[in-house]
Parts: sequence; structure tokens; C-alpha cells
Amino acid sequence: MVWQASDCLDTRATMTKSELIQQLAENNPHLYQRDVERIVTAIFDEIGAALARGDRVELRGFGAFSVKRRDARAGRNPRTGDSVDVEEKHIPFFKTGKQLRERLNEGL
Amino acid sequence: MAVQTVTRAQLSEAVYQEVGLSRNESAELVETVLEEICKALVRGEMVKISSFGSFAVRRKGRRIGRNPKTGQEVPISPRRVLVFRASHLLKDQIDAALSGRKEAGPA
Repeated sequence: MVWQASDCLDTRATMTKSELIQQLAENNPHLYQRDVERIVTAIFDEIGAALARGDRVELRGFGAFSVKRRDARAGRNPRTGDSVDVEEKHIPFFKTGKQLRERLNEGL
Repeated sequence: MAVQTVTRAQLSEAVYQEVGLSRNESAELVETVLEEICKALVRGEMVKISSFGSFAVRRKGRRIGRNPKTGQEVPISPRRVLVFRASHLLKDQIDAALSGRKEAGPA
């Protein structure tokens, strides 16, 4: 199934990392903005580092990040039909937590 | 090596090491960051974390599903799902570390 832009609830409304940092800094006036920035960066760096070790990151109520292994396979160049070797690869995966899934569907 | 599970505790520890806050406050901040992201998603916003990835909420329409055990048709009502797309940086970081490991060790 192909996703379209209209599938998103609001395609224009986006919170970027810097907007997240700004919001957190506003709600926590006792912290310097640069410290908030270091905190947010530390969290996502830690998740990335865990995944790079092959570990799972489980955040109850939010979701779980894990790594899935895709075996090496013989693929095909869709344009020419030539057979090409696709190497084994590891890809990150996210499963939404139960609580967040429920919150997203409240009042639907 | 066995897969370990990282939880809020390790994220709080990382925050604690990074900034001069108490362990308690570090744990609270991890919670606050996750909650702020959840709130944006519940509002229907997309959340983009550069060099990590993006979270987007998608709307799915009603469809007819099937109970795989009984074969019985069941209606699946419209719902919202969260999708995560890892950034190329994160994908490359993970793949280089895990798929490249074989070359590093003795064959």
C-alpha cells in the first residue's frame, strides 16, 4: 500500500528537534537552553548507541526500538532484470507502546 | 552476544552523566522529553529529530479484517497509527556496527 501525504493528520504541523528543545526550555525555566539541548541529544544518542550494539530500547508507554536482521539475498535490478547480490543488513524498527497507541485513538 | 534491553534507567543515567543534575531530576527530564513528544503526536503533529529519525501519525480507514484462526470477517474501525522512519545517519550507524562486525572478527 502506498502512503499519500493526505494520510497524515496535518502534513504541515511538524515539531523539529529544536522546537522540542525550545518547548522544554520554556517549561523548565530553571534550566539553560543549552543544557536542555544536551539532554535531548544525550537521550537520542543513547538510543542510537544501544541499537548499534544490537540492543533493544524499551520505553513503556512510548514504544520500543529494536534492530531487525535482513539476510543476504539475491536481488534484482528492477530496470534491467540483472541479478545482484544484496548483503545482509540490520535495520532499526519501532513498535508503538500500548499507552501511546491508545492516546492517539482517544475520542475516535 | 545476547541482546540487552535498555530502559529509562539507562537514558536517565546518560542524562545524569551529561548534565550536572541530580539522578532524580535526570529521570524526570527523560520522562518530560518523552511526554512532550507524545503530546505533539497526539495533536497530530509530526516529530522530526535530526540525525535520529521522524515520527508521524497516519490515519487508517475502516477495512474488513479476518480472524486468522477462524477465518471469520471482522470490521476494523478507522484508527491512527504511529510510524517511525529512521534517518539515514541512524540506519548507517546501526548497519556499519552490526553488519560490518563479521569482517572485524576472524572469519
